[in-house]
Amino acid sequence: MLANYGYSDGSGSYFITIDTDKCDGCGDCVDACPAKLFEVLDEDPNDPMRDGPVAVIEAEMKKKMKYACNLCKPQGDRPALPCVEACKAGAISHSW
Amino acid sequence: MPEEKEELWRWTESNWKDPDLKWQDAKFITVGIDVGSVSSQACIMADGQIFAYANMRTGSDSPNSARNALNYALEGADMAEDKIDYCIGTGYGRVNVPFADRSITEIACHARGANFIYGNQIRTVLDVGGQDIKAIRCDDKGRVTNFLMNDKCAAGTGRGMEVFSDLLGVSINEVGDRSFQFKGEEPEAVSSTCVVYAKSEATGLLRKGWTTEEVLASYCKAMAERIYSLVERVGVVPEFCITGGMAKNRGVIDRLMSKIGLDAAKTKWDTQIAGAAGAALFGYALCRKGKGRKK
Repeated sequence: MLANYGYSDGSGSYFITIDTDKCDGCGDCVDACPAKLFEVLDEDPNDPMRDGPVAVIEAEMKKKMKYACNLCKPQGDRPALPCVEACKAGAISHSW
Repeated sequence: MPEEKEELWRWTESNWKDPDLKWQDAKFITVGIDVGSVSSQACIMADGQIFAYANMRTGSDSPNSARNALNYALEGADMAEDKIDYCIGTGYGRVNVPFADRSITEIACHARGANFIYGNQIRTVLDVGGQDIKAIRCDDKGRVTNFLMNDKCAAGTGRGMEVFSDLLGVSINEVGDRSFQFKGEEPEAVSSTCVVYAKSEATGLLRKGWTTEEVLASYCKAMAERIYSLVERVGVVPEFCITGGMAKNRGVIDRLMSKIGLDAAKTKWDTQIAGAAGAALFGYALCRKGKGRKK
């Protein structure tokens, strides 16, 4: 399942996508993110029939994506994003 | 004596019972309660078939909304509450369903519910609710494969429509039809995505001599475009269906479907019960797996 967390408003679309088919709940993204956006839950709240832990974006943070991710998305020379780099399964992607 | 201001934004609340369904013969009675920011629904199923449901305004009394919705569904049903085997809460207010055994997100419940009320050909579900928009891709079992939820911006939501219906003095039930009652070419969409600014823009248009119907058309068009840009992000695959209150507004939906270029699926059920129906179905699946309430 492609879980798109974030929002879209007049200024643009800001989504982090977590591919739950690839995610094994290892938690590397939780440690990597300086804005503490990620958490690992024991069950996927959007897929009650799926067993096993999964990474999600914390509920209070999904409306703050644009500004929370600013730390890692400077204009100009962009290094690789810590959360995308940290995920060995390649489950994480950004929309902007 | 001042006239009481008509509450034009108020849509019709309803409940329904299946007169023929013998719920007493069912193995599992499961209930789904969907507490949304604008509306709440309760859906009672007997072995995965809908026995009764209710759809009403959540109001400001959120802690009691779940209880009120369940009572409304049970009204005249001759079913005692202790016959319920499992109850699942969903929706924005799912933490406020004190009698629920468990809660499941509205994403999962809407996909499952749409699969039920529209059939298992459904692969794309669009839910436009009171304060959010959800675009969901699912498989033939109603399992979610891709989803996107926008609950930060009111543009395109029911709340946005209520603001306009109030501003223009048109009852919400009439918005759809009246938005097509204009002469000549369809007006351009209002330029503001923001509901607050769109409201000022609409006032300006009325002052310039636009008719109410033309302003409605312009706003509905803007809402359709807004919803379209979100649903396009997950990709539309037939069959496509719409749940939630906005499904009843042809002013937005007809314009949206002509942009998408498909026909939306049809159902005999109330589109607003999809979340509660999905929740009740998850309850049924869990009971059958032996994960129901310990009696």
